Amino acid sequence: MAEIIQEEKAGGKKKAKKHAPHIDMTPMVDLMCLLITFFMLTTAFSKAKVMDINIPEKLKDKTIEPPKIAAARTLNIILGPDNKIYWYPGNIKEEDYNDLPPLNETNFSATGIRPLLLERNRSLFKKIDDFKNQVLTGKLVMPQDSVQKNVSKLKTDDDTGPIVLIKAYKKANYGNFVDILDEMNICGIARYNFVPIAWYDERMVEKAAGIAPTTTAIPVPAKK
Amino acid sequence: MPKIKLPTKSPHIDMTPMVDLFSVVLTFLMLTTTMRQPEPAPVDTPYSSSEKPTPDFNRMTILLSKDDKVFLNFDNFSVLGQDTAVAFRPKILAEMGKIYNIEFTEAEKAEFKKFPSSMGVPILKMKDFLDTKDNKGRAALQTGVPIDSTDNQLANWILSTRTVNQNIQVCIKGDSKTGFELVQKVLDIFTDKNVFKFSLITSLEAAKINLAEIQK
Repeated sequence: MAEIIQEEKAGGKKKAKKHAPHIDMTPMVDLMCLLITFFMLTTAFSKAKVMDINIPEKLKDKTIEPPKIAAARTLNIILGPDNKIYWYPGNIKEEDYNDLPPLNETNFSATGIRPLLLERNRSLFKKIDDFKNQVLTGKLVMPQDSVQKNVSKLKTDDDTGPIVLIKAYKKANYGNFVDILDEMNICGIARYNFVPIAWYDERMVEKAAGIAPTTTAIPVPAKK
Repeated sequence: MPKIKLPTKSPHIDMTPMVDLFSVVLTFLMLTTTMRQPEPAPVDTPYSSSEKPTPDFNRMTILLSKDDKVFLNFDNFSVLGQDTAVAFRPKILAEMGKIYNIEFTEAEKAEFKKFPSSMGVPILKMKDFLDTKDNKGRAALQTGVPIDSTDNQLANWILSTRTVNQNIQVCIKGDSKTGFELVQKVLDIFTDKNVFKFSLITSLEAAKINLAEIQK
């Protein structure tokens, strides 16, 4: 190519100008392809998401009693070792300390903890779901902010759903913790909290999982 | 005549539009890219269905690695490429220096300001860490922030950070395999310092619920 052009140049300048200057762009395109691939692979397009959680304050003043909650609505969930979840309804009374009830075992799969939570939270979940459907189908028109507000209002007004107390045994892992909190959000549980694990909870988990007890001294229940 | 001549020409494709398009894409990617910062420890964040984006400013990130080490990062490095305009990183370091009676030079503070990822250096080694220029030497000093009750440096970092910036938000970035004992310890340290609100950094994973299935 180049030689031909030179020959033509020698012939006359006007002829050379008429030729469109063809540059071979293949190497350039090759390079660009490489760069694009590189950038596409290294770019972190989506920013990481966060999940907010509030942790209850520790009661430093022993004279203040912790808030009382209805035992009938209480559901205790304990994160156990090996991605297992243990749960029991209600609470453990002092007279049960020497004869702790057995724990129910479940897991994080779609047939595990989720139906359990939804079963107890059905009325609220249905309310939220109906409301969201109305928004989706266009029966209700409102900005996204007020959708969120309405959902949280539905949650605050609810008085039938379970009160979930999440506890974690020390052999659990961080992934379990995030998973269970996520499960609460998915199932629309209005009231849940992360609470410190009690010694009898640990005992029950150890018994259920076949681990040697790690808490040595069992506090004797105070007589009233 | 032209009909006979045409096939002899080499089939030149005009690549100009293609190059144009490539340039546009390339420019876009180069401008929007946020390089993934190499963290001192690899962390696989757990998945959740939360769609709330990570805050850009005023955040303190606690990195909990699989092997039970704690690392710290202040503010965000992925958007602006540096500390925010407030530049409170050097102030935090100065505050930390006051607690441990260590005088940091301006150069060290500048080094601390521009360090791109999380840090897990015991405060007594911090001077060495900031003076070391090569990455390997630095990586060797990243042994995690001590959190024992006898030498609770994390608590002092929290204190210094909150002295400098009251609006700080605490983000926890943990590996899904991190043991809960460490998580509990870190949460306890924060609650002791009256921090009760946390943002857990997760990766997005959609969750679907089939209502018909539940209503059976």
